[in-house]
Amino acid sequence: MENKQQITGAEIVIRCLEQEKVKFVFGYPGGAVLHIYDAIYNQNHFKHILVRHEQAAIHAADAFARSTGEVGVALVTSGPGATNAITGIATAYMDSIPLVVISGQVPVPAIGLDAFQEVDMVGVTRPCVKHNFLVKDVKDIASVMKKAFHIAKTGRPGPVVVDIPKDITAHLAKFDYPQSVEMRSYNPVTKGHSGQIKKAVKLLLEAKRPMVYTGGGVVLGDAAEALVKLVRALGVPVTNTLMGLGGYPATDKQFVGMLGMHGTYEANMAMQDCDVLLAVGARFDDRVIGDPKHFFNKSRTIIHVDIDPSSISKRVKVDVPIVGDVNSVLAEMNELVALEKPQPSAALKAWWAQIEAWRSKLCLNYNNNNGLIKPQYVIEKLWQVTEGDAFVTSDVGQHQMWAAQYYKFDQPRRWINSGGLGTMGVGLPYAMGAQFAYPDAQVACVTGEGSIQMNIQELSTCKQYHLPIKVILLNNRYLGMVRQWQEFFYENRYSESYMESLPDFVKLAESYGHVGMNIEKPEDVEGALTDAFAMKDRFVFMNFITDQKENVFPMIAAGKGLSEMILANDIDAEEL
Amino acid sequence: MRHIISLLMENESGALSRVAGLFSARGYNIESLTVAPTEDPTLSRMTIVTSGSDEVIEQIIKQLNKLIDVVKVLDLNDGKFIERELMLVKVKATGAFREEMKRMCDIFRGRIIDVADGSFTIELTGSGSKLDAFIESLDKTAILETVRTGASGIGRGDRILKV
Repeated sequence: MENKQQITGAEIVIRCLEQEKVKFVFGYPGGAVLHIYDAIYNQNHFKHILVRHEQAAIHAADAFARSTGEVGVALVTSGPGATNAITGIATAYMDSIPLVVISGQVPVPAIGLDAFQEVDMVGVTRPCVKHNFLVKDVKDIASVMKKAFHIAKTGRPGPVVVDIPKDITAHLAKFDYPQSVEMRSYNPVTKGHSGQIKKAVKLLLEAKRPMVYTGGGVVLGDAAEALVKLVRALGVPVTNTLMGLGGYPATDKQFVGMLGMHGTYEANMAMQDCDVLLAVGARFDDRVIGDPKHFFNKSRTIIHVDIDPSSISKRVKVDVPIVGDVNSVLAEMNELVALEKPQPSAALKAWWAQIEAWRSKLCLNYNNNNGLIKPQYVIEKLWQVTEGDAFVTSDVGQHQMWAAQYYKFDQPRRWINSGGLGTMGVGLPYAMGAQFAYPDAQVACVTGEGSIQMNIQELSTCKQYHLPIKVILLNNRYLGMVRQWQEFFYENRYSESYMESLPDFVKLAESYGHVGMNIEKPEDVEGALTDAFAMKDRFVFMNFITDQKENVFPMIAAGKGLSEMILANDIDAEEL
Repeated sequence: MRHIISLLMENESGALSRVAGLFSARGYNIESLTVAPTEDPTLSRMTIVTSGSDEVIEQIIKQLNKLIDVVKVLDLNDGKFIERELMLVKVKATGAFREEMKRMCDIFRGRIIDVADGSFTIELTGSGSKLDAFIESLDKTAILETVRTGASGIGRGDRILKV
């Protein structure tokens, strides 16, 4: 009787995933996880997605999490399976994405003996996970899995690794899933300090040149609605970081564009010149404010709302720190602002006049008449053809910046890219994760010919699962961002940044059963995009042959300050 | 500035490496680190001696608090505290040296815990600077071996670090 209630560790893992209502597990089998794969064979609670490389499994799970807000789940084997997952885990860690990664491990008695496919996964991942576990007793699997999901999604989210030795997945135990988690060492703060919130609202209402700057925290914390309400009630300008795009509607008049290294002139100038700055779920990183010393050439009062206390006063000293869940803090601020019914002051009107003057520089204008396809133009047309409603993933480099600058995201969780780690190769697996989450949605992967080749094998996964992704390859035959830096800072010495021997991308796509397109003339861009998105059930690989010399503007050189931008116009003027 | 940080953490394998890893990954200094289980065997108490600007110390405290296994963190320098360190010193003790060593040991209120033909082993407890002073006062050629535990710290009076 007693024995009948006992199930294997592998089955317990499956039951835990069922309890967590997991819909997809992205993975790749191998020796140490064979018991778990056997248990997967006999279940129908979630769908297992077989990728072609473990890195892609993590990225796909990561994009599933980014696009839905749920915890992404991946499963990899020990040793090389585990180490292949590291780039994906580090990518998710830098962007605070909730993941549970289950890795196989060699049997407990073999640990430490340099067994076949053994790697110290807990040791290797320690610096790039929110937490990790090595399960050494079958009876611990359920409680560890419960903790893993809890830790991944609460507080500042992040990836959690659960390393399970093979013998543990064969041992028997009763399944008993804990209903709640009690951890004396982990109790993240949610509600912000009311006194600090009051102080912040008072500062914002009295500000002459107020500014709101928001990051990935607003997207992750599902606080976009509360943010819009606050920004509109205060009538203030707002900017988003690369990770925060979609947190505030990009087509709204109060949005001054993305800020930072490739941010708009108006966003960066307003950041530098404001007198009260409200930072929400953002972390003043080097790509956003450049040199902190330059930032403090002008004084301003900074209010910083973040769930992670260690993000506050890390690079920039903050005047009013508020630790808490951004959505609940913004809601509380909204209540206080509603009581005041603020009217735009003369100072605020003057501030807007200044911002409009900066805006009139039209810093994102580009020269579109040299007969070559401009990458910016492709993104603008992509936005039009998809009616601004696509999930857009990108890889890393120039194309990423153009996608961020020219696709106007009006909703959160639509823009999926690697902001913190800057991982080339995420684009295609990210598109897979988003397309699995939203099978009927338009999913575009904006990429470069360098990045796409870093996970090109996933074309096969896309074939297996009939994913109707549209790849927008901005092919300039250069590692564009590297080339741009070499042009600006290394006197045009293009060291190893030119890509030779590219494959015929159309034939490559076709060999995987997809549709391939070459687009070489500006006048063909819009029609090709329209045709591609009309093929609702096909994967279309669009190879746009773009202007090789195009650069991303505005630009702040590394180590420079926010108001030290290089604008496209400046360069054009010099060339004349 | 030198700071002594006390923390309580889950007494689990790997917890120590998380703390050590944090310090190396973020480039913080560790002057010394001691750790042992408390009267509650599920908890370990660690004393870390570090140094850095106020901003760095603030980040160290925050980053330590962020570790999932860490239950409580206290910067002892935020109030009054006592620190003690244990040192064992093996010194040459031959002929006239034997009497001299015994006298030095008494002056510093140390104890001789092992007596051999040519050497004494002295146990000495105190602040780090007291132990330094003892070493300084000895003839360098007389020192055969030293071992120090690193500082342990505790708050004075009502300052209690407990779960």
